[in-house]
Formats: sequence, C-alpha cells, structure tokens
Amino acid sequence: MSKKAKNNAMSENKESQKLFALTGLFDTPDEIMHAASAASKKYRKYDVHTPYPVHGMDDAMGLGESPIGWCTLLIGTSCMLMMLGFIAWVSLVDYPLVWAGKPYFSLPGYIPILFEVTVLTGAVSTVLILFFIVSGFPNNNHPLHDTPYMQRTSDDKFGLCLEAADPNFNEADAKGLLEKMGAKNIQPVYYEKAEADAGLSLTHPAFVSFLAFVIVGVSGAAYFGLNRMVFMVPFNYMSVQGRAVAQEKNNIFKDGRSMQKPVAGTVARGLLPYPFKLDDQIKAQAEAGKYLSNPLPRTEAVFELGKTQFDSKCSACHGYYGEGDSRLNGKFPAPPTLHSKKVSEWTDANIYHVITEGQNVMPSYAKQLTRDERWAVVHYIRALQRSLKPKETDLQ
Amino acid sequence: MQVANRPSSDALNSDGTIKDFAVEPSVVLKSPSLHDLTEVISRPIEAKATLKWYIALAVSASLLMLEMVCWGISFYYGSGMWGNNIPVAWAFPIVNFVFWIGIGHAGTLISAILFLFRQKWRNGIARFAEGMTIFAVMCAGLFPLFHTGRPWLPLYLMPYPNKHAVWVNFLSPLVWDVFAVSTYFTVSLFFWYTGLIPDFATLRDRTLGKDLISKIKKSVYSVLSLGWRFSNRHWRHYERVYLILAGLSTPLVLSVHTIVSFDFAVSGLPGWHTTIFPPYFVAGAIFSGFAMVVTVLVFIRYIFDMQHLITVETLEKMNKIILLTGTIVGYAYGMEFFIAWYSGNLIEQFTFINRAFGPYAWAYWIMISCNVISPQMFWFRKLRRSVPIMFVISIFVNIGMWFERYVITVTSLARDFLPSSWGWYNPTLVDFGLLLGSFGMFFTLTLLFVKFMPVVSIAEIKSVMDEAKPSHHGGDH
Repeated sequence: MSKKAKNNAMSENKESQKLFALTGLFDTPDEIMHAASAASKKYRKYDVHTPYPVHGMDDAMGLGESPIGWCTLLIGTSCMLMMLGFIAWVSLVDYPLVWAGKPYFSLPGYIPILFEVTVLTGAVSTVLILFFIVSGFPNNNHPLHDTPYMQRTSDDKFGLCLEAADPNFNEADAKGLLEKMGAKNIQPVYYEKAEADAGLSLTHPAFVSFLAFVIVGVSGAAYFGLNRMVFMVPFNYMSVQGRAVAQEKNNIFKDGRSMQKPVAGTVARGLLPYPFKLDDQIKAQAEAGKYLSNPLPRTEAVFELGKTQFDSKCSACHGYYGEGDSRLNGKFPAPPTLHSKKVSEWTDANIYHVITEGQNVMPSYAKQLTRDERWAVVHYIRALQRSLKPKETDLQ
Repeated sequence: MQVANRPSSDALNSDGTIKDFAVEPSVVLKSPSLHDLTEVISRPIEAKATLKWYIALAVSASLLMLEMVCWGISFYYGSGMWGNNIPVAWAFPIVNFVFWIGIGHAGTLISAILFLFRQKWRNGIARFAEGMTIFAVMCAGLFPLFHTGRPWLPLYLMPYPNKHAVWVNFLSPLVWDVFAVSTYFTVSLFFWYTGLIPDFATLRDRTLGKDLISKIKKSVYSVLSLGWRFSNRHWRHYERVYLILAGLSTPLVLSVHTIVSFDFAVSGLPGWHTTIFPPYFVAGAIFSGFAMVVTVLVFIRYIFDMQHLITVETLEKMNKIILLTGTIVGYAYGMEFFIAWYSGNLIEQFTFINRAFGPYAWAYWIMISCNVISPQMFWFRKLRRSVPIMFVISIFVNIGMWFERYVITVTSLARDFLPSSWGWYNPTLVDFGLLLGSFGMFFTLTLLFVKFMPVVSIAEIKSVMDEAKPSHHGGDH
C-alpha cells in the first residue's frame, strides 16, 4: 500500500529515494519479445515480467536452457544410492533376518522403495531449489511489489524492467529505449527506505534465539508429553489390558478357573502313553522286553545324561554304583544290587519297564524322568554293570 | 464490484455476473482477453459466497463431523469397534483406502500425463483435479493409519533408529505402501503448490482494498505466493521444474497403485495372488478417479455457476476416458475368470465361482453392472454430452469401483482354502459412518478449495490462448 502511495508521490522526495529501475508495459507478446531482444543487447541487469511464460522469451533474452534438471538428477540419484546403502547396512549388518527364504540382501524387493525415494527427493529438492535458491524466495520486500507495474504484469500486460544497478544504466537512455520499443506507462520504481538498509537476515540474533527457544521448547514438550502420554487412556490399553493369570479367578469359563484342563485324550508333545500296563507285572515286563528296544545311541552325551539322572534320582536307594548300598541308613528297605545275574540278563526294555512302572516297593519314575532320560539311565546302568565285570577287550 | 485502478472486463456485466463466455482453448466460443480470464477465474474467490455453496458446505461439513466422531470412537475404543475380524481382517478400512487412493490417481493423470501429451483441454480442470488428488489421498491415508490399531505411533512405519533395535522389513509390500503413498502425497502437494504460486501472486496483486479483511487477505496471499514476481528469469526455471514434476509424477502415479495392488498380489490368497493386479488396479484407479472428477465437476459447476470454465467439451473428453478405462476394467474381470479356469487350480476356480455365485454375489453383480455395463452408454455422443446422464453414470461408476475393492477384499478373505475357517463379514455402524464421513471430508475440502483458491490455473490457461503466442516464434505450436 505504502509503496503505491509512495510511487504516486514520488516527485516530492525523488532525491531522498534510490532508483531501482525504469519500467514500461507492453500490450502483446510480440512487442515484449522485440523489446527484450533490444534490451539484452545493451543491458545485463534487466528483466521481463509476463503473466505467463512466453515461449521463445529465453532466446530473446539470450538465456540458455534451465540447468535445474541436473539438480534433480544428481539429488535423486545420490539419495537413491544412499537409501540403497542404508538398506544394505540394515539387511546385512545391523538387522540381518531371513524373510520368506530370500537372501539377506535381495535387490528386487528394494526396487519399489528405491524408486519412491528417488522420486520424492528429486521432486522435493527441485521445487525447493527453484523457489529458495534460484529465485531467492521468500521475498516480499522486492521494490517491484505493490507497484502498478506489477499489478498489470500479473494480469494482462507484458513488462520490461531496466534496473539501475546495471553499469550501462542511464535514466534518459533507458527511457529512450522503452519509448522506441513502444512501451506505455513508463515509470521509475524506487527502493523503499527500509529496503535500502539491510533487512532481517537468518543470522540475526533475535531470530537465532527465537529458533533456539522453539527447538528447546518443542523437543522438551515432546519428550515429557510423550513419556506421560503412554500411561494415559487410551494409549495404555495395550499395557493394562485384561488377561488370564494362571491361578486367578476367571469369569469367562464355567468353572471359574483361568487354567483349563486339556481335553480328554490330549497327548503332550514327546509323551506317548506307555502301552505295557498290566495287572500281572511279570508278564508286562516280558511284553515290554519283547517289543521295545533302546532308541538312544551310546554316545558320551547320553552317558552324561544317564549319569546325572541316575545320581540324582536313583542313587539314594541303589547307591552311586548300583550296588544297593542305600544312603538311607535302613529307614527304607534297601533294593537288591543291579549287578545281580537277574538284572544283568534283563534286556534294556526290561529295565526301562521297571523304571517306568516300578517294581515291588520301588515306585514309578515316569513322572520324574522323561522317556529319553529313562533310556539314558538304562545305558548308564549297563555301563555300571560292565565296569564291575570288564571283558578283556575293554583294555584295548 | 469494480475495484478502482482495475480495468473493466468485457467478460463481466456491470453487476459482476458473467456474460456469455467460455474458456476452451480448442473450442473458443468467444475469444476472451487475458484480463477477462483473470477476472472470471478470480470471481468465485472475490465474490460473496452463494447460498448454494453454504448449503453444500453445511451438508458436507456435517458428514465430516460424523467422520470425526467415528474416528474419535475408533481412536478411544480401538479398532474393535469395526466389523473386522478373523477371517475378514481387512475390510472397510482397506476397501476405503484403496478406493480413495484410486480416486486421487485421476488428478495426477490429468495434471502430469496429459500435460506431457500436451492435451490442452486439461487446463480447465487440471488444478481442480490436482486438488482432488490431495484431498483423496488425505481421506485415504487415515484408514491404514487407524487400521494399525495405534494411530498415535505412525513413526513405527518409518525406518528410524529406535530403542527396540528393530528395523522395518524392506521386502514387505506394506512398507512399500508407506513409501509410495507418502511420496505420492508429498509430490502431489509440491506439484499443486508450484502451480498455485503465480496464481496466488495474481490474487495478491488484485487485493487492493484498504479494510482489515483485504489487508489480511493480501498478507496471506503474499506469504503463499512467496513473493513471486512473474519474472522471466524465474519462469525459465519454473517451466522446466513443472515439466520435471510432470515427468516424475507420471511413473509415480503408476507405481503407487501398482504397489497398492502388491498389498494383495504378493500374498498367497486365492483371488489376490494374480499377476494381472498391477495393470488392473491402475486402470481401475484411473476409471474411478475420472468418474469422481466428473461427479465433482458437475456438482461444482452447478454450485459456482462455472459452466463457462468447465465446458461440456471437457466433460465429454473425460467421459471418453471413462469409457476406455471402464472397458479395460471389464476385460480384466473377464481375464481373471479365464486365468482361473486356465490355471487348472481348483481353489482359484472356486474363488471366482464363489465371487459370482456365492454369498457375496450381490456385491459382484453390483460391481459388474456399474463398472462394465453403465460406462458403455458413453458410446453415444448424445449421452456423453448430457450433463445429467454423465452425473448419474459417474456416480454409478464410483459405487461400482467401491464394490470392486469390497469384492476383492472380502470375498477372498471370507472363503479361502479350508472350509472350516470360512466366515462372514458384518460391518458396524462405525464402519458405515467412516465411509460416509470420508465423503464429507472430501467434499468439505473441495468446497473450501474452490472458494478460496483459483480453481483454474490463471497463468497456465493464459499461455494456451491463441493470442498468447508470439507470432514470429510460435508457428510450431
């Protein structure tokens, strides 16, 4: 507003104001093309203002092709490569996981993301470069703003603006050129006083401290706010949701328990029901001997397992070496030795049956020892028996 | 109406209404001057809002309120308020997401692809369609955000160094989707804003009043225009940037719906796991998007009396594209059936027979009649040029395309491999509220956009007028 008034009243304080440029308006694109060609021969600092991009104006002004496409290419490609490097680092170094049987680094699956990153960074950086670097925006303090010249060139006229900063600039010559080319409304445009002095810059202390205040404030608020937020409804639904605790009352089920019994006939993993359960123990033991054999190999690990289990569960009565020397001091009937002829002649399965089902006063150890542990104990008993009656070949 | 210091325009009567006038670069009924164009395009922004606009805004804003309430319910109580459940865990939210993303694609197609093909008829509707893209993507984006269950943690979708020490799975189509949709939104926004800057500058220079409202308006336009000066030293780069953005947006728009289709196609579900999905989805997106553009253009044209800006010729060209893409979509439906038969895969065959004749047959046949049969009306020039008929058909196409996504998503999930795991999907009231409300959001944003921003690119439409070209240079155009 003030500038328009200023321009109307410029004659009074002409001396106090610095000239920015001499401007003239043209009616048709043809006229402005001729005028631009003429101006380009004499001046470097001049500009053409048109309501739309006039084709051929770049040639008339002697400007080459815009190089901005190279920025797009460079930034898009380098960001794509950076993203590729980042994905490679994540997939190979920091977080290597096999997804759907694919190799750690599988390029075809990254193509969509690489493409999107290229387009995103290319497009965004091009627009930012155009407006903030090439055009020097935001700039609402330019002398041309709010002049009748700008109001017409943004609507329907074509303007030529010869700037005073050009070394060849001379007000009379410039006016002559505009008149010769048929310009109308030839008018000088002046700097506003405030503009002639330096305006606010990005390094101004007030701006910098404002920025610092905003950064500290926003990050502090975000940190404390977010840390509080996760404990508030509804954000805490996942951490405080109702759940069934094993020994607690639960209204979902009829019997009011959280922990439900398995369905009848359920078989636990690795535990097949033992089939040789008969009233006649002798017969059952013989049946087991007929149909079962030790599935475990005689390896060091198996003997280790057998020894651990024998020492912790069997040795209290049978003694560490199976000799029946119970450590219970007669408080419990001591079992017969495992080195007897009878036990030596039993098959592995016969011993296994006794451990599983019990015999006489010995109870079943099926609950204390898993199937594999029982077979390992059988191997260990065999080793104990052999240790008291070694064969000559054992010396080798 | 006439502001001092502004020349009068032949295009306007003394009371500000528009005389006989049409902007159609290829079909100019009355050649307007550059000033006439500025006046006519700025008029809805500068004139007082009409009663029709207020009524339309009231209706769409009420629907927007409905959506806000439903989002509030979904936010507070969680996604259990929707009908999604096993086996149909992807239901309305994903259907609505794909539907709205598809709507957006027409905008980019008009602004970028038709720009590269130098289709001048696009100028009257390009800005509008670009705006529509942005609003449609905004409507779409909310659905997957809430579908994650914890919409306040969208940052988990992004690969960022976090205390959990995990990274996103770069091989997952859902992660591709995050990248594609956010890129699409950002680039569309930049494209749109780049085009708007000279027009904001024009509006800035037209706002000359001394009252407070005018001063505020002028400041807003000054900030938005960034101080654009119409300098040819800027235009030179600006035009190149616009071309680059169009060039980048063209493969982008194809990639976005391709990746959206990957969400389905990369899974192993019968009816989803097909290679035809990317082209089929892209064609469907353009189809539904153009139908939505026609619906909204006819509507806006009525609300703002823009018959002079949005001409029947333009709408007719839109209808031709609807006919083309509708036929492609119909071909894809047929081809899906053919491949199911030709593959010899029993489960695949069952899926398609189940779609057409199973419990969701009603949805399938709504889709077929709306998408395949109704656009065939546009073979006839008379129907193609009739505004009421195109309005009805475009609404049919929108309904049909929504049902296409419904059929794909729900029928495949409801009955997959094992009959023991089959199920049924029942949407809840919140689901319907969100669907209806998203239209409220879309139309509210559109109405505000048309009222407060130039709905036709002032600078661009001037550049394609015959008088705009310098005679000794422009022989080749």
